[in-house]
Amino acid sequence: MTQITFTINKEKKTVEAPPMKRLLDVLREDLHLTGAKEGCGEGECGSCSVLLNGELVNSCLIPALQAEGATITTIEGIAPLAAPDQKLHPIQQCFLEKGGAQCGICTPGMILATHHLLEKYPQPTLLQIQEGLAGNLCRCTGYTRIFEAVQSAASQSNP
Amino acid sequence: MPDPTQPASLSTVGTSPIRKEGTAKVLGQARYVDDLHLPGMWFGATVRSTIARGRITSIQFDPAIPWHEFTIVTAADIPGENTIVHLTKDHLCLASEFVNHPNEPILLLAHPDRALLPAAVAAVTITYEELPGVFTIEESEAPDAPTIWEPAAADHHHATAKNTFKTYLMESGAAADLDHIFATADHIIEGEYHTGAQEQLYIENNGVIAECVTFDGIVKSVTVRGAMQCPYYLVHALELVFNLPEEKCRVIQTETGGAFGGKEDFPSVIGSHAALLAMKSGHPVKICYDRAEDMASTTKRHPSRSRHRTAVSKEGKILGGEIEFALDGGAYVTLTPVVLSRGTIHAAGPYHWPALRIRAKAMATNLPPHGAFRGFGAPQSIFATERHMDKIAKVVGLSPEELRRRNLLALGGRTATGQVITDTVDMQHLLTRALAESNYHAKRAEFARTNPTSAIKRGIGFATFFHGAGFTGSGERRLNSLVKIELTPEGRPQILVASTEFGQGTNTILCQVAAETLHLPYEDILIAQPDTARVPNSGPTVASRTAMIVGKLVETAAQKLCVILTNSDGLPPSYSPADFRTAALAYLAQHGTLVVEARYQSPGDIFWDDENYRGEAYPAYAWAVYVAEVAVDTTTYSATCTDFYALQEVGKVLHPVLAKGQIEGGVAQGIGYALYEKCVWQKGHMANNQMTNYIMPTSADLPPIHVAFEEIPSIHGPFGAKGIGELPMDGPAPAILNAIEEATGIAFTEIPLLPEDIFERMTRTPDAGTEDLNPTIDRDTRVEPEVVTS
Repeated sequence: MTQITFTINKEKKTVEAPPMKRLLDVLREDLHLTGAKEGCGEGECGSCSVLLNGELVNSCLIPALQAEGATITTIEGIAPLAAPDQKLHPIQQCFLEKGGAQCGICTPGMILATHHLLEKYPQPTLLQIQEGLAGNLCRCTGYTRIFEAVQSAASQSNP
Repeated sequence: MPDPTQPASLSTVGTSPIRKEGTAKVLGQARYVDDLHLPGMWFGATVRSTIARGRITSIQFDPAIPWHEFTIVTAADIPGENTIVHLTKDHLCLASEFVNHPNEPILLLAHPDRALLPAAVAAVTITYEELPGVFTIEESEAPDAPTIWEPAAADHHHATAKNTFKTYLMESGAAADLDHIFATADHIIEGEYHTGAQEQLYIENNGVIAECVTFDGIVKSVTVRGAMQCPYYLVHALELVFNLPEEKCRVIQTETGGAFGGKEDFPSVIGSHAALLAMKSGHPVKICYDRAEDMASTTKRHPSRSRHRTAVSKEGKILGGEIEFALDGGAYVTLTPVVLSRGTIHAAGPYHWPALRIRAKAMATNLPPHGAFRGFGAPQSIFATERHMDKIAKVVGLSPEELRRRNLLALGGRTATGQVITDTVDMQHLLTRALAESNYHAKRAEFARTNPTSAIKRGIGFATFFHGAGFTGSGERRLNSLVKIELTPEGRPQILVASTEFGQGTNTILCQVAAETLHLPYEDILIAQPDTARVPNSGPTVASRTAMIVGKLVETAAQKLCVILTNSDGLPPSYSPADFRTAALAYLAQHGTLVVEARYQSPGDIFWDDENYRGEAYPAYAWAVYVAEVAVDTTTYSATCTDFYALQEVGKVLHPVLAKGQIEGGVAQGIGYALYEKCVWQKGHMANNQMTNYIMPTSADLPPIHVAFEEIPSIHGPFGAKGIGELPMDGPAPAILNAIEEATGIAFTEIPLLPEDIFERMTRTPDAGTEDLNPTIDRDTRVEPEVVTS
């Protein structure tokens, strides 16, 4: 067991965990943040996506010790990034309105991937959206509604 | 009754309100089964067969594992029958003597520490006396094949040939004259078509949590919650495994992360397993498969083979046809006869057949049982029929469009089961509109002009098809579905149904129907979590039946609720939402509760003959024309779908955003079915049981998908709605392969079609890449010297 300290959703946390425990399991089991999902366990589906020091990562591939001193944002912490005490981030609102979430299991990862994409490209082209989200699999939507949600979120943040 | 002068703002059908559970989903707060933890909960795992077929000779436990810490369940622990019941009882809950497919469950383990289970599973060694297995339809039907499946003694009066789960013979029109028709026809066109298995690939794997109450070693009740489509299917499975009455088997659906049929029949297996571990351990037990176990062990779409032989006049009119449709059912019957049935009926397509004979059969193989997957047999048979229509067109010398125009069903025509088409849909018009809006003719001409000088060959093709909504034939009558609406103590209507939400929008559309009927805002309507202790059996959430069948029952129940409140003098003839609340609270104050119900009543004019497959196969059909554009790179041999247009007539569209999402998602799965998703089988074991090597489309792989609806209200569904969910799975694969033939001149007949298949075919013959217009020669069987030209 190792003590690992990091900042998650703007709160400092220390957990005791085996150093090679997957960050995904630390989030879900130790911190009870179950928004990140396990879809494949091998970094293909992106359902476990979180932001680690601003980068989009598959938390199923990150050993806990790699999170030492890191700043992590999960789906549970995304709404306050837009404004404190805000219930929904504009990206979440757009996913709701445009039908970007169907079964919802990929949605937390997809929303974090969108957040990461829009930080990088505030006005992304369709191709940039398609490539930016290609690490997050969705079996329900065929992605079209998700593209619309991303475009809508982009237009709202930069009128 | 609702005021006909109601303000338009209250009307919700045809608008796109926010999905009921959507906010929880975008916040990451929706709780799927693996997000739940019960006090004292243990974790379960499954020890599975490593061979395809054989007799179990020994089971050894590695002494390095502290087995006393584990609960171990074998078939001997099952208090009731060792069976997972669907249509027959051939499917064991746990194998004890023989195994019939790889990854068949034999032992169950439970332990408080989830992390210790994989090593424990690996520490159980099972030895076998191996028996020969069969792995394809062809191997199973061979005269000298080993007998791998026989009907149970009780079913012997239904006995068919060796290894055969089910056969159908469907004859229509002048089928008795087919010999004469073939003898005198201008053209006889034959073709054989194959489709592969397909993994549902819901992003949430199968998972459940079970609890069990025992007294003096006797099981008193079981409760299972988890990801599923059909809570009452699991109730009925548990009744047999535990020998309990229905009311002692409680099933609760949790938020479900995709299903597509993959959580229709399989939860009966994993749910029974977890409940057995809960019984023996005395703890709640969670089993959640990881991806590799889910892909290797759970159901897939049935592989198929279709053989068409069609008599056609020189004007391009179909005179008669024979179709042989065969499915690979895997090792146990499960739902295969019903899949075969839907596939058989849809094999005829939306065409007029003066004479038709379809022989269908489902064969046993030593693969894990195949099961439900969106479309349920129809994508397989429609793929063959729509490829064959293009072949007929080519032979007769007509365009694919003109060939179809001369044979499409129309109002008043009869389907292959003899059903008179009463839908006022006009397929000729749908075809005209789809080809115009997809710019089909201009693109076809352009590609014909540019292809000869381009390494990228482009093509455009289409498929015309229909899909029946609801259970086949007398199925809905047998389901006898029941829906309830109750008033909550706050006076809000709450829908009680076993119909489940797994992304398609059940919660939302049923609330829209109730809101519209009750003249209330959508936000005022609640829908209960499907919990069989609370909700009636409104039937399984399958077969494109929820909007049409269950939706209609919700409408009927809502009307009854309205009548009761009106008759109790509480509700004025013209009322506001506030009036409704006042009347509801007044009724509750006087009577305590108010629950109304509506039970399915078969439309009086529906007739179905189960023996001969004649009559009204489905109450209503959705009709569609899908157009696909492709690019085939003759350097890399990859085929890509570059544009897609989907036009369908589905009755009234209840929620345009959800409906488009259904079509787009189904088209994406259909594109995967055609071009990417290949199950690689090695002696019955899925070799590529990972997302790394089973390739589904990503956001970068799909074309723009244009969706258009025609809305002709149907009398069968609420506010004119029909079924929609399965339809989009049917059209993409044949449309894409038709387009690839347009692009390359090569008639591919098998899916999935991967670059290596295109490479193999394009480099096989000296005239590769050119169109073979000689209809009498089947390119596949022509003997050619092996010449590599690339």
